[in-house]
Amino acid sequence: MLGGYKVLDLSGRLGWLAGRVLVDLGADVIKVERPGVDREDADWRAFNIGKRLLILDVTVEAGREAILAAVPRVDVLIESAAPDGPEADWLDPERLAELNPELIHVSVTPYGRTGPRAGWRGGDLEIMAAGGAMSIVGEPDGRPLRNSVPQSYAWAGAHAAAGALVALNNRSAGGGGQHVDVSAQASIVTSLAHAPTFVDMLGVVPGRVGSGISGRSVHGGTYRAFWRCKDGYINFIVYGGPAGRRTNKALVEWMGEKALDLGALAEIDWDTYDPILADQAEIDRLEAPMATFFESVTKAEFLDGAFRREMLGYPVSTVADIAADPQLTAREFWRDLPSRDGGSERHCGAFYRADGVRPELSNAAAGKDGDARDILLELGLLETQIESLEDKQVVQAE
Amino acid sequence: MSGAAALADVKVVEFGGYAAGPHIGKMLANFGATVVHVESKARPDGFRLQYPPYKDGEPGLNRGGCFAFFNDSKYGVTLDLKNPAGLELARRLIDWCDIVVENMRPGVMDRIGLGYEAMLETNPSLIMLSTCNMGQTGPRARTPGFGSQLSSLAGFCGAIGEADGSPMLLYGPYIDFIASVMSTSAILAALDRRRRTGRGASIDISQYETGLHFMAGALFANHRDGIVAERCGNRDAEAVPHGAYPCLDDRWVTFSCRSDAEFKTLVRRFGLLALGEDRRFATAKARRRNVEALDAILAEHCRELDSEAIAASLQAVGIAAYPVNTIADLFHDPQLLERRIWRRHRHDEIGDQAYVFPAFDLAATPGEITRPAPLLGGDNDIVFKEFLGMTKEEFDVYASRNAFE
Repeated sequence: MLGGYKVLDLSGRLGWLAGRVLVDLGADVIKVERPGVDREDADWRAFNIGKRLLILDVTVEAGREAILAAVPRVDVLIESAAPDGPEADWLDPERLAELNPELIHVSVTPYGRTGPRAGWRGGDLEIMAAGGAMSIVGEPDGRPLRNSVPQSYAWAGAHAAAGALVALNNRSAGGGGQHVDVSAQASIVTSLAHAPTFVDMLGVVPGRVGSGISGRSVHGGTYRAFWRCKDGYINFIVYGGPAGRRTNKALVEWMGEKALDLGALAEIDWDTYDPILADQAEIDRLEAPMATFFESVTKAEFLDGAFRREMLGYPVSTVADIAADPQLTAREFWRDLPSRDGGSERHCGAFYRADGVRPELSNAAAGKDGDARDILLELGLLETQIESLEDKQVVQAE
Repeated sequence: MSGAAALADVKVVEFGGYAAGPHIGKMLANFGATVVHVESKARPDGFRLQYPPYKDGEPGLNRGGCFAFFNDSKYGVTLDLKNPAGLELARRLIDWCDIVVENMRPGVMDRIGLGYEAMLETNPSLIMLSTCNMGQTGPRARTPGFGSQLSSLAGFCGAIGEADGSPMLLYGPYIDFIASVMSTSAILAALDRRRRTGRGASIDISQYETGLHFMAGALFANHRDGIVAERCGNRDAEAVPHGAYPCLDDRWVTFSCRSDAEFKTLVRRFGLLALGEDRRFATAKARRRNVEALDAILAEHCRELDSEAIAASLQAVGIAAYPVNTIADLFHDPQLLERRIWRRHRHDEIGDQAYVFPAFDLAATPGEITRPAPLLGGDNDIVFKEFLGMTKEEFDVYASRNAFE
C-alpha cells in the first residue's frame, strides 16, 4: 500500500516498531545503524526485519552529512535522538524541512521533544512508570510492576507509525511535509484503557488490580482470575451478562462430563445468578470445585474446549504456547526467512491481511555485501561522495 | 494547507462498539476526520451501560465515562439494522464514506448485507477494516472473547508478576489498544494508496496477531534459541539495579543503571559511599548475584526521601529515573501537561470531562479534541440531513418507518 515511499529509520528501540509497521504496509525502509551494532540481538532482528540495512557512522561529521545529503530523496525520516543530546541538533526539524519541505520528520522520545523534562532519560521501566502503567499492575498491597517483556518501545513505535501516516495523508492531499512529535510516556496512557475517567469523574484513583478481580462484588469479594492447570495457568473469571452465563453453564456441563464433584455449583441457577451479589464466602464455595476442574486440564485442552463450547476464558500462554497455536498457522502468520548463518529464522508476518492475503516479508536486513553503495546511490549521493565515505570507513559494506 | 486538520477530507463510519473499533475512529477524528459512530437504541454500544464510571455514580445511556472516553470528536447516530429502512440508511452512510471500521463478530456484516463485497457495488473504492479477537479466518475465527482475557493468550499476563507468583491482570482490554493503534496505520496506508490509485481495500485485523508484534523479540528468541520469557518482577536483562522503591511521600520511584559507571554515579549521588566500596556490588554480574541485598539498601535510602526529589536528583547526573505516576498523577505530570494530553469538553449529561489527546502531534496540522462524545442518536439530524443531504420530508419518512430506533 505504501509502495514507492522511502523511509529513513535512524531510530533506536523507541522507533523500531514504527519502521517495521511501515515495512508491513509496503514502504521501502532503510535502517541506518552505526558500525558494531549487534544484529543477532533477538529484539533487533524481530523489529528490524524487512528493512534494508545501511551501516553508517553518524557520530562523525561525514556520516551526518551523508544523511543530510539523502534527506531530499526521503519521504519519511524516523529518529529517536535525545532532545538535549548532540543528535538533536543536526536532526533539527527546521533544518531538515529546509533540505526537503515535503519531508515527514518523526521524532520519538521518552517524554516528548519539548517540556521541562524533555531531556530526562528513560528506559522501558521509567517510561512505564511515567505513563501510569506500573501503578495499576501488581498485587494491591505489593510493589508496582512492569511487564518483563518491555512494552513501551512498541507502544511508542506503533504511535509513531500512525503519526507518520496521518502526516503522509495530509501531504498526499496537498499539504507539505512536517514534523511529528511522539511521546513514549503519552503512548503508555493509551494502554490504560479508561482508568483516567475514574479520577476525572469520581475522584477515584484506580490502583493495582492484582491477580484477582475485586470491585465487582457489592460485598467486596474478590474473584479469581488465574487458575493453576496441569501445565501452567488459565485465565477464567466468573462473569455475569449473556456471555458470562453461557460460559458458566458450559463450564458446569464440562465438569459433569468429566464426572467431577460440582459441589456448590450444582445448586446455582445460572440464568438468574448475578456475580455482583455474591460475598466472599459464596465466591469461595463456587470457586473450590472449579479449581479441581482447572487442575485436570492442560492449557491446550482448555483453549480447544472453551472455543468449542463458546466459553470466555483463555490459557495464560507462554511464547512457546503461542508458537504452537494452530490458529496462527492457519492464518499464515509466521514467516520463515533465511538467516545470516544459512539456516532459517521465524518472524511475525505482517500485522494485517488485505484483500485476503498477508503481505510478504523479506529479510533484506540480513544484508548483502555491496548494499550500502546501492542504497547511497539511490539516496542521491554521488560516487565520489560514497568513495570518500568508504575511505574514511564511515560506511561499511555490511 | 497549514492550520487545516490533517484528515479534514476523510469520512469514516463505525459499526460495532467497545474499544477496538471506536478507538480507531477517535484517533482519526482527533486529526480532523468526520467520524460517524453507528448504534441502535435496542443495542447501544456496550461501553455505554456495561462499564463504570457514570456521572455521579448513576448508570445511564448518556452518563458513561467509559463510552465517552473513546468516542469524543465523533457524531453519533442510531439505526435499527434489523429494520429494512435502517439498513437502507446504513448502506447510504457507507456509500457516503471513505472508510468503514467494524468490530462485529466475523461474518455479521456479510449476513446483514453490509459486507465489503456487497458495498463495493455502490462504493467501489471503499476501505473496510474488520477487527476482532482472532481475525476473519482460521479455525477459531468465531471465538467470542474479551480483550482483557485475550491479553493472557497473547502472552502479556504471563510475563507480569513475581518470578514465583501468579500471572497478573492488566487493567482493561490492553490488547484492544494495540490493535486499534496498529489498525489506524493500516487504514491510513490504504487511504494514501487510494488517494494515488483510487483503489480501496478490505483489511482483516486479528487483535491477537497485532498483540504478538509487541512480543516479537521474545517470540523470536523462543524460535531461535528456545528461550521462554518468564515473569521476573522488575528485573531486567541489562540493567541492575532496576526497580521501583517506596518513598517518604507515599509514592514510588523507579530508576535503573545500565553500566558500572552509572552505578558509581548513583552511589555518589545517594551518598552511599560504602556501596561503591562493597565488592558485592562492584560489577553488574556481582550486583545481579546480590540484587536482593542491593535493593534492600536502596529501598532503605529512598524511604527517607520524596519520589520527585530522587528522580530529579538522579536525572541531573544522567541516570534514568521517574516517579511511579498514579492515574491521578497523570493529570499533574509536567510533560503530559506540556503536551496538553487532557482536553476538557462539556458533555450535555456528563458535564465537564477530560478527553485524552493521542500520543503524537503534528507541527503544521495539529490535532484537536473537537467535541464531546455523542449522545445516543444525538446527531441523527446533522448526519442524515447535512452530511447525506436528506430533505426533512425524507428524514421524517424514515423516522416513521422506525429506521432510527
